[in-house]
Amino acid sequence: MTESIALLTIFVLAAFVGVEVISKVSATLHTPLMSGANAIHGVILVGAIIVTGQAESVPVVIVGLLAVVLATVNMVGGFVVTDRMLEMFRGPGGAKKELRK
Amino acid sequence: MIGTWAQIGYLVAAVCFIVALKALSSPKTARTGNALGAAGAVLAVIITFAAYKPDNLVPILIALVIGTVGGVVGSRRVQMTHMPQLVALFNGVGGGAASLVALMELGEVHDGETIAAIATAFTIVVGAISFSGSIVTFAKLQELMTTRPITFPGLPVLFVAGLLGGVAVSVWLVSEPRVLVGVLLCLLGLAVGVMLVLPVGGADVPIVISLLNAFTGLTVAAGGYVLGNTLLLVAGTLVGAAGTLLTKMMADAMGRSVFNILFGAVRGGSTLGAGTVSERPVISGSAEDVAILLGYAHRVIIVPGYGLAVAQAQHTLRDLVEELQGRGVKVDYAIHPVAGRMPGHMNVLLAEAQVPYEQLREMDDINGDFKQADVVLVVGANDVVNPAARTTPSAPIYGMPILNADEAQRVIFLKRSMRPGFAGIENELLYDPRTTLLFGDARESLGKLLTSVKTV
Repeated sequence: MTESIALLTIFVLAAFVGVEVISKVSATLHTPLMSGANAIHGVILVGAIIVTGQAESVPVVIVGLLAVVLATVNMVGGFVVTDRMLEMFRGPGGAKKELRK
Repeated sequence: MIGTWAQIGYLVAAVCFIVALKALSSPKTARTGNALGAAGAVLAVIITFAAYKPDNLVPILIALVIGTVGGVVGSRRVQMTHMPQLVALFNGVGGGAASLVALMELGEVHDGETIAAIATAFTIVVGAISFSGSIVTFAKLQELMTTRPITFPGLPVLFVAGLLGGVAVSVWLVSEPRVLVGVLLCLLGLAVGVMLVLPVGGADVPIVISLLNAFTGLTVAAGGYVLGNTLLLVAGTLVGAAGTLLTKMMADAMGRSVFNILFGAVRGGSTLGAGTVSERPVISGSAEDVAILLGYAHRVIIVPGYGLAVAQAQHTLRDLVEELQGRGVKVDYAIHPVAGRMPGHMNVLLAEAQVPYEQLREMDDINGDFKQADVVLVVGANDVVNPAARTTPSAPIYGMPILNADEAQRVIFLKRSMRPGFAGIENELLYDPRTTLLFGDARESLGKLLTSVKTV
């Protein structure tokens, strides 16, 4: 039971942190932020690996592998897409830096 | 159980995610933050392999490679204009993965662990909702289906029945954690997800993606509870909470409530102008007429929209603007926060086309200037200048702040056809006697305008 309470505590605290870290963001960055958050929840991959790694029957392993593929697409794709979007947000200074290279 | 070192490693990964999210809310730090988030994710995966020593190692690694290739290729190849649907798709597969993980865990729920069983049920059903809902938003954004709200008479009843059914089956699952019950719950979730998104109109779809994103975050958190994995719990909760707030902020930016966005169409049949492209007369001009208006104006404001980006006409537009500036015309770009398919999408699209950033002016900054503008040139935009947002309470976009293009002396629309915009509603401004329409592909039209302006 103590473990349940500990997990619940982590949950509540993380909720506050989640709200706090994005409480001030301009509309311009809404899309990259959504996409970045999207990539982070791709960490369900960890869960998919754990469960697939413990599975014994073949059908369950197959479902697990499907979950691993989906979660990886979510995570890897999410980070790459966010990076591509943010690449476009070079201000005037950033563009100049690029030219100097 | 896993060792202390692994727990600490997960803690480091969680901190990476928190810092990444924080950094994403400012343009200066966003890219570094994203990279840090990715590093945290890689760390988390490595720790998982080391700490859990999973069986079926080779198949898992193969699945990882397939997923990585799929994710990288998909996100590298996609055009910037198609970014929002890709985000929706990635979110959907994430929700699907969470749902599958919970289904697999079903066999392992120990008797008496009621909270874990509830969390399992939650992950299955909400993950499924997120999956099917995201697929429908993808179809809408990709215009594989109509972008109008879809409702039918039985929809509210069916939706509520689906929800109640979901609760009932969840209770059943908690008392009897069997895989078949889980599959039933999953199917119900899929149906609810579809019914949730069908009635949402095109312009509101991004907000729904954000909401589903938050849902997926919460399912991942619940999955973390079931597995006793603190990293999943923290990361999922972070995304759930941040996503919920982001959804609200986006809705606020559009002057709407989330409830109204989700259920507005169901409640009030708000499909103004649905299917009726009216036969009223409009004034259409030639490129030469429009060039004269532009060339002899003092002040021109340009409203770029998704149509401009699709036609890849940004460069031609920039040439036209430079030509006008050379003639002494003062020109600005007015950027609506939700121009494009998502908030901030237009900034991304124009930045990609290297339109000088300092010429882009935000809505609140430029809205007072329209009164002094001789000409407003609307290129491939429609909903963001639609006065119905101010005047027609029944319109799906009612309440959304718009660019005050209707206050200018003259309005020019570059349009392909009279087809309504993404929100599926007509724009009264098109029929205004001060408005001139120039039909055709945005790039061709702008090219003709450029040639004509040079000769006037």
